[in-house]
Parts: sequence; structure tokens; C-alpha cells
Amino acid sequence: MYDYTDFDDAFLRARVAQFRAQVERRISGALTEEEFRPLRLMNGLYLQLHAYMLRVAIPYGSLDGAKMRQLADIAERWDKGYGHFTTRQNIQFNWPELRDVPDMLAALADVSMHAIQTSGNTIRNVTADHFAGAAADEIEDPRPYAELIRQWSTDHPEFQFLPRKFKIAITGSPNDRAVTRAHDIGLRMVRKDGATGFEVIVGGGLGRTPLIGPVLRDFLPVADLLPYLEAIVATYNLLGRRDNKYKARIKITVQENGIDTVRALVEQDFAARRAAFSGADQVLLAEIRARFRRPEFVTAPTDAFEAAYQADPVFRSWADTNLAAHAAPGYAIATVSLKAHGATPGDATARQMRVLADLAEAFGHDELRVSHEQNIVLPHVHKSHLPALHARLREAGLATANIGLISDIIACPGMDYCALATARSIPIAQQIATRFEELKLEHEIGPLKLKISGCINACGHHHVGHIGILGLDRAGVENYQITLGGDATETAEIGTRTGPGFPADEIVPAVERLILAYLSSREGPEESFLMAYRRLGMAPFKEALYGEGRQRDAA
Amino acid sequence: MSRPFTPKVLTANDLLRGDVVWLTEAGDWTRDMARAELIEDEAHAQIRLIEAEAQNDRVVGAYLAEARAGARGPEPVHFREAFRSRGPSNYFHGKQAESDHV
Ligand code: HEM
Ligand code: SF4
Repeated sequence: MYDYTDFDDAFLRARVAQFRAQVERRISGALTEEEFRPLRLMNGLYLQLHAYMLRVAIPYGSLDGAKMRQLADIAERWDKGYGHFTTRQNIQFNWPELRDVPDMLAALADVSMHAIQTSGNTIRNVTADHFAGAAADEIEDPRPYAELIRQWSTDHPEFQFLPRKFKIAITGSPNDRAVTRAHDIGLRMVRKDGATGFEVIVGGGLGRTPLIGPVLRDFLPVADLLPYLEAIVATYNLLGRRDNKYKARIKITVQENGIDTVRALVEQDFAARRAAFSGADQVLLAEIRARFRRPEFVTAPTDAFEAAYQADPVFRSWADTNLAAHAAPGYAIATVSLKAHGATPGDATARQMRVLADLAEAFGHDELRVSHEQNIVLPHVHKSHLPALHARLREAGLATANIGLISDIIACPGMDYCALATARSIPIAQQIATRFEELKLEHEIGPLKLKISGCINACGHHHVGHIGILGLDRAGVENYQITLGGDATETAEIGTRTGPGFPADEIVPAVERLILAYLSSREGPEESFLMAYRRLGMAPFKEALYGEGRQRDAA
Repeated sequence: MSRPFTPKVLTANDLLRGDVVWLTEAGDWTRDMARAELIEDEAHAQIRLIEAEAQNDRVVGAYLAEARAGARGPEPVHFREAFRSRGPSNYFHGKQAESDHV
């Protein structure tokens, strides 16, 4: 884990005091809502359908037991006893009262956490591969770079009023688990001639204009990271449109100006900035690296794991779906599903958060990660501890064996909470998960990413789901549009619409028909849904959805 | 292009709690939609909106929402307003869990 410095602490305390005064001025009437709104958004405070919502950053998704326990305490003391983990590696509290928010922020600061730059037209919380620092396929832990970017971007004076929000994602592995191609900037670590560097992707994004980001630079030496990022953001700051909110993201800047023009401008700016960077960034990077304590991995037998794996089918099923390969011998990465069938994707109760904190301390070198897929990861568990870990997870209702399966759904809050929503997403996720649990089919179906958003903003990543569902308002009725063939990984693709949408009570049967069509036409269990879709194209799935050429008019 | 005026309620979020409130005929705020004033006249609706916007220290984001007369009082027309009057569907939280209608 990374330890924050005294400077960080003083900075957080000052920000809390400042916000406390702003809240008091709002309540006294000295500030109007128009004046207060940008101030509260800067501190992660939104006003939603039923209440305020506080969004707290979990930088690059990393936290420890103490932080998780504090989140549990906050959920209990000032909220309704739970929190919602999001695709942006944040946690959202759905029920705070305005007067309590400064106290919540102070409690967060006690564990070096905050809500800064979780909103507004700034560089947002940098997200990273949730297996960072643990994955077997990793070239290098990307988190020191993510932390460098966090420090550089926090309160960066040049970048507080960008044309629009700006999201950066980073992965240290060639296998992209951080959706780098759908971010304003994506950084994917690659090796070239023995040196490490980044493939720099720019102008990806979802929302109303979904785009897979093109490569701006295929190899950026790691030492050039900050001046190059600064050159990109500075170029965007000048070139990006401010006349139209829907054309303001860098993806539109790239689309309208062309990647070659953007590249030429960035390289020109970079040349000047590179020279001006005195090397302070490299000193800082070295300090950050030193502060990232690496766990001291132990060497021990794994017999207990093998024995449980042979003897206990429930454990075996969980191990088969929820474990991933670790870089250290004898270790595994354990993903804890926050997707119990029928539960709200991404929600954890205060009690569950405490169990996770305890388990991280007992079995996980005190490390936890939040994944963009709305699950919690214990990145470093020695295999000998897995049976005990699994038993404790079961007691807490956290042992669902469904990672990567159809019920491991990403769903945004939708119209159950979000003021921008056009339809609900949570109940659809609950119904789909419950239905496939009844059918006992999901293990047979195999890897499948189903993602649901409650409006065109695409917070639920539906465009990059193998099956994507978008909730819309059609003449005052909730209606759900399906896309197929999306992919969030290094082979990223935007899904294609199947045709007219479905009303709420027909969407689950529609998904079921899609799955049955896949099962009956796949070449075998090794051919995943996505592979089958790529081989077969849309036709058999359209047939399954709409039947015998009976295409209805667009809903 | 004047369309016939359809009945409305005036709604907003409470400044301190953030929850949904509706304007009553007496000019105060209620947490029970059925007690809201059903506004059937366009000019009156505009006056109510201006009055509500002036109450910047009590409520946030006032607007006029479609409503219809029901047995107990005004009822929502659009599903968004129905959710606002009830709370989320995944937990028994929000309005549906509160008995303290004031
Ligand atoms: C509940 C309050 C929320 C509001 C008001 C909100 C607002 C928005 C808006 C306006 C956009 C579109 C931005 C654009 O294209 O310029 C967006 C995109 C996005 N939001 Fe949210 N969102 C909310 C919740 C969430 C949650 C809960 C998550 C995670 C589950 C999330 C993650 C994202 C992601 C990943 C995108 C799309 C990626 C992109 O920026 O292109 N948001 N959000
Ligand atoms: S996708 Fe739309 S409904 Fe879902 S959280 Fe984002 S803004 Fe809200």
C-alpha cells in the first residue's frame, strides 16, 4: 500500500474546513444554489432523485482494511448502512444529509481518503487494473504511475476548468482489465527493445458518442509520462470545444480534428514541456515507488488448497470462477463478488465491508481492490488460506461463485437513484441474475459480460458489454435496447444495436432467448458468447429476439 | 403552438435532507405528494414556480411536474415522478419507508 505524506494530510484538512464553511454559508442563505453547486460538486456531492449522494474516490481502486472499515463506519453513521461501488472505482453513499457531509469528509480524511475531483471538468480519479501489483501477466505495477498522475493532476492550476471531465485509466498488463480504450486517455504498458513504456490511447469514451480510442503514441518511455500527458491535456484545453457540452470531450476533439493533427500538436507541445521538466517528476516517482510497500510474500505448501479443492464442490466452483493467476508462486488473486443473485450490483453492507477488512488483514497482506466491474478483490491470498477465506465469505453472504458469468452484471444506479436516468437498471440486473440462477445455466454459458446503463451517459458501460442493455423512456414507459458484441478489453469494440427495444417485462425473456440461441449454435463450450457472435454475426440473435423476420417498427 | 395546460404539482428537493418535497396550497412544503396543490391553471403555475424558486434557502431545483387528481390527492403521471414519490425499488428506503408525512 501507499502511505500518504503529511503534506497530503494538511491539504485534505484544509479542503474539509473550506467545504464546511461553504455548507454553512449555503444553509444560512449567503450562497445560492447556483453558487454552491460547483463547490459541492468539487467535493463529490451530488443531488440525486431522493437525496444527496457523496462520491468518494478510491484512487486506482486500492485500499486497506483500515480504509474499508472507515467506509463501513461512515455508511452506518451517516448513511443507511451500505455503500455502492462503481465502475469508476469510487464508492457512493446514497443518503447523506447536507449538514453531515463535512463530518463525513473529515472521517474520510482520517484515513487519507477524499472526494476531490470525483466531479466537475477536471482530471478525475485515475483508474487502474484491479489486479495491479498482483497479476501474473503484469509487466510492472501501474499504481506508482497512477499515483504520480494523481499528485500531478490534483489541483493542477492549468487543468481546473477543462472543456469537460477527463478520465485516465492505466494498466501494467498487456491484457486490458481497465477499459483503457474507452477513456479520455488510456495507458497500456508495453515492452520495446527491453525497455518499458506506455501505449498511449486518446479519445475513447462511451456516453452519447461511443468511441474506441485510437493510439496516439505506440511507445512512450516511462520517464516521459508526465510531460506527455501534460501536452495532451494542454492541447485539449485549447482545442477542445466549449460551445457545446456534447461535443466537449476529447474524443470529439480527436474525431473532429483527426488523430494526426492532434498528434502533431501534442508532439510540438511535448517537445517544449519535456525540456522544461527538470527531472522533479522522476525524483517524485522514485519517492512514490519507495512508499508503495510491496507485501512480503511467503513460501509455504498449498496442500490445504488442493485438499479442499478435491473434497468440497462448493469451494471448487468458487475457486474455478473467482480466482485469478498471481505473479508470486503459491498465491492467488481472489475476487469477492458483490453480485449475489438478486442483489444490487456493487452494493456492500457495512457488515460486509468489515468482514472484507478483517479478511484482508488476516489473509491478504492488508490489501483490497475495487474493480470497475463492481466487485472487491483480495489481490494477495496464499492458496493455503483460501478454504478458510471462502468459509468466512460464505458466512457473510459474499461467496457467490459467478465472476465473469452472466450474473456478474455491471449496472449503473439508473432511475432508482440517478437524476439523469431515463429508466431503471438495478431491477433489470436483479431479475436477469435471479432468472439465470433459477435456470442453473450460467456455468454452462461460461464467460459473458452483461452491462446495463439507465441512460445514454453509459455509466454502466453497456456499449462494451458482450450484451449491453440501455434503459430509455419511450413515451413515458421504460424501454430497454439491446446491443451485442461489445468488448471492453484490448480487443475493444462498441456493440451493435439489435433493433427495437423491449418493455421492462419483456427484457429478461429476450435475454434468455439470446442465450438459448447462443447455446444451440456454439461450436462447443470453448466458444464463448462473444466468439460465437463474432463468427455468426447478428442474424441468428436477431432471429431469436424478433422471430421469423417479424421485425417490429423501431420502438 | 399553445397546447392545452395539463395539471401539475410543484416539486423540489429539500435543501438539508435532499429528499423530495411538494408545494401545498398553503404555500408550505410537504413530503406527501397527496397533500400537494394540484395546479390546473397555467398562469397560477408560473406564479407558484417563481415563488418556489425564491425559496432558495429551503429547496433546490424546483420544477412543475405532470400530475393527475387521485382518490387521496394528486398522483404522478410519469414513472420518474412515481419513483420520486416512493423511493428506490431495490430497498425499502426513502418515502415508502417514512410515516412522518409532514
Ligand atoms: C449517480 C450520479 C451520476 C451522474 C450524475 C453521472 C453523470 C454522468 C454523465 C453526465 C456522463 C456522460 C459524460 C460525457 O459523456 O460527457 C457519465 C459517464 C460515465 N459515468 Fe457517470 N454518473 C453518475 C453515476 C455514475 C456511476 C454510479 C458510475 C459507475 C457505476 C459512473 C461512471 C461513469 C462512466 C464509466 C461513464 C462513461 C465513460 C465516459 O466518461 O465516457 N457514473 N456519467
Ligand atoms: S448511465 Fe445515466 S442513469 Fe446511469 S448513472 Fe449514468 S447518468 Fe445515471
